Amino acid sequence: MALLEIKNLHASVDGKEILKGIDLAVDAGEVHAVMGPNGSGKSTLALALAGHPSYVVTEGEVLYEGRNLLEMAPEERAREGVFLAFQYPIEIPGVSNAYFLKAGLNEIRAHRGLEELDAMEFLELLREKLKVVEMDQSLVNRPVNEGFSGGEKKRNEILQMAILEPRLAILDETDSGLDIDALRIVANGVESLRGPERAMVLVTHYQRLLNYITPDFVHVLFNGRIVRSGGKELALELEERGYDWIKEAVA
Amino acid sequence: MTAPDTIESLANREYRYGFVTDIESDLAPRGLNEDIVRLISAKKNEPDFMLEWRLKAYRHWAKLEKAEAEPRWSNVRYPSIDYQDIIYYAAPKQKKPLGSLDEVDPELVAAFAKLGIPIEEQKRLTGVAVDAVFDSVSVATTFKEKLAEAGVIFCSFSDAVQNHPELVQKYLGTVVPYTDNFFATLNSAVFTDGSFCYIPKGVRSPMELSTYFRINAADTGQFERTLIIADEGSYVSYLEGCTAPMRDTNQLHAAVVELVALDNAQIKYSTVQNWYAGDKEGKGGIYNFVTKRGKALTNAKISWTQVETGSAITWKYPGCILQGDNSVGEFYSVALTNNYQQADTGTKMIHIGKNTRSTIISKGISAGHGQNSYRGLVRMQKGATGARNYSQCDSLLLGDKCGAHTFPYLEVMNQSAQVEHEASTSKIGEDQLFYCKQRGISTENAVSMIVNGFCKEVFRELPMEFAVEATKLLGVSLEGSVG
Repeated sequence: MALLEIKNLHASVDGKEILKGIDLAVDAGEVHAVMGPNGSGKSTLALALAGHPSYVVTEGEVLYEGRNLLEMAPEERAREGVFLAFQYPIEIPGVSNAYFLKAGLNEIRAHRGLEELDAMEFLELLREKLKVVEMDQSLVNRPVNEGFSGGEKKRNEILQMAILEPRLAILDETDSGLDIDALRIVANGVESLRGPERAMVLVTHYQRLLNYITPDFVHVLFNGRIVRSGGKELALELEERGYDWIKEAVA
Repeated sequence: MTAPDTIESLANREYRYGFVTDIESDLAPRGLNEDIVRLISAKKNEPDFMLEWRLKAYRHWAKLEKAEAEPRWSNVRYPSIDYQDIIYYAAPKQKKPLGSLDEVDPELVAAFAKLGIPIEEQKRLTGVAVDAVFDSVSVATTFKEKLAEAGVIFCSFSDAVQNHPELVQKYLGTVVPYTDNFFATLNSAVFTDGSFCYIPKGVRSPMELSTYFRINAADTGQFERTLIIADEGSYVSYLEGCTAPMRDTNQLHAAVVELVALDNAQIKYSTVQNWYAGDKEGKGGIYNFVTKRGKALTNAKISWTQVETGSAITWKYPGCILQGDNSVGEFYSVALTNNYQQADTGTKMIHIGKNTRSTIISKGISAGHGQNSYRGLVRMQKGATGARNYSQCDSLLLGDKCGAHTFPYLEVMNQSAQVEHEASTSKIGEDQLFYCKQRGISTENAVSMIVNGFCKEVFRELPMEFAVEATKLLGVSLEGSVG
């Protein structure tokens, strides 16, 4: 049984159908890249899987560890191990990054029947994970994402992922807007979390992230459907030929 | 669950303080006239100057009432109050004067224990001196002796009138005169008790001083009056808490607080106001019409911090008269309105002296059908050379049936004065909530966290134990020491 199984998924935003029947299976230990031109439905797929209320599933089913993911509230999905790295991380003024992370981690731990971490234990964990994303400790004392640069926000997402240790991580255009150094740091962070128990879905427009993270599978999303699937060589082909040939091929 | 649902569920938690204590009360007849004023003064065995002052106030108020001068300019709506249907004096019945705390009616002690107020001496470790005012009468003041060692006078207003009449006569009405406004005038005529505090020259009060106000009897108004005098170079931090039983009629609370900070003195006054707010349909609750003002002389500082979560209607503008050169005024406020609550609150900063400075940080949170108005006056008088003010008014909306309004008034009569005003209105966004939930945080905790973050600049001004109470009041768990 696959960790994540998406069958004929349709989803709408503001009454407009964006996903028009997605089928995808992701096994534990695998890294999948979902690529596609702007407006193809990549972010909709990511947000619908995480349960954003504006992204309404109209048809199809999603099984996660064999259970109906779509029946779970967003926080329940998170506690069960589904993590979304946001394309546009949200700012929460007045709430420190560390406090926010600790609150999330402890709610997830409580859900899994684990002891909550106290302040000292949490700080220790935080210090260790900060190294993974080469982030300065001062950032964790600042309000969540407020005044962060684009690169800091993205690294903060990876830091959160490293701390929450999800089973299924969905990264929504985590590479967009990053310079080459930030891209390397983010990619190292992602790579360090790769493991046999964990699956990752990298949603990306460009191939360049895949220079650092080698995916097991590549899927091309176009007009709300997966129109091509293949190995890492598919990403290189897209890089070379652009998306136009796909559009022509499906037209 | 969406944000408004959560706020609703937080707000619909039962009002914890809605109990009624079964205590025999000594009640004056309903209504107001000169005889009632004389009765109150006689009950309190007051010297002539007090009776005279009350009568002047009463006569002034009678004129105002005839002229229908009850203020109607604020952004709140309520039916007319029948001032002849209110009981102006209600006191827990006592057989004889109290010699010590042990003699306080155990029902009263139990009532305050329910409120979590350390009225009993055994709780002295909490280190806060408390004056407890029950239906307008002060029932106990703790730590009197320890304070007396430092020369600090902290007692009920009635005791002060008896034991320190010269201080009362010298300062009463010097910051809020009996002619100030309709409700302050009414208070001046009929106030029954309150707290009094005097900090001598150069003394730093050895502990936080605290007053808890409790309305218990039905159909009574509560009219307490607080007078705090910080003599030259002294410092005091003062806390005020308020609760009332749940009743389906509205009760009037018209208090006056006067602060006098002499040269180089500092007064920090913190309020957590949790009067009964009425039910979900807006029935019942306290009308909180309060006048609070401080006067700061040379180099003195007055700081108001308020967390207003209760009352059906809140109408209050704690202000500072910055009379002395280099004096400083601060106002930090969180006002929450939910269900059908209305709040019209803010501050007045009157800059008279040179190089006076004031800071205003106001955070309004509206949920349900709540209407929340900030109203603030900053006036730079002619002589206020080099004066500065910074105002920041932020509003947070939860749901789409509530409202936030800002009414800043600026009057600048000195060209060298600087005034800055910033305002923002935001809505707890679906995206913010979703982000929290995606990290495993429950909706309730997420809303609490966002609201708490919004109020942070004000909460950090509160003394620690009050900050805890304030965050709890907002249904919020306090941010940990991490980060």
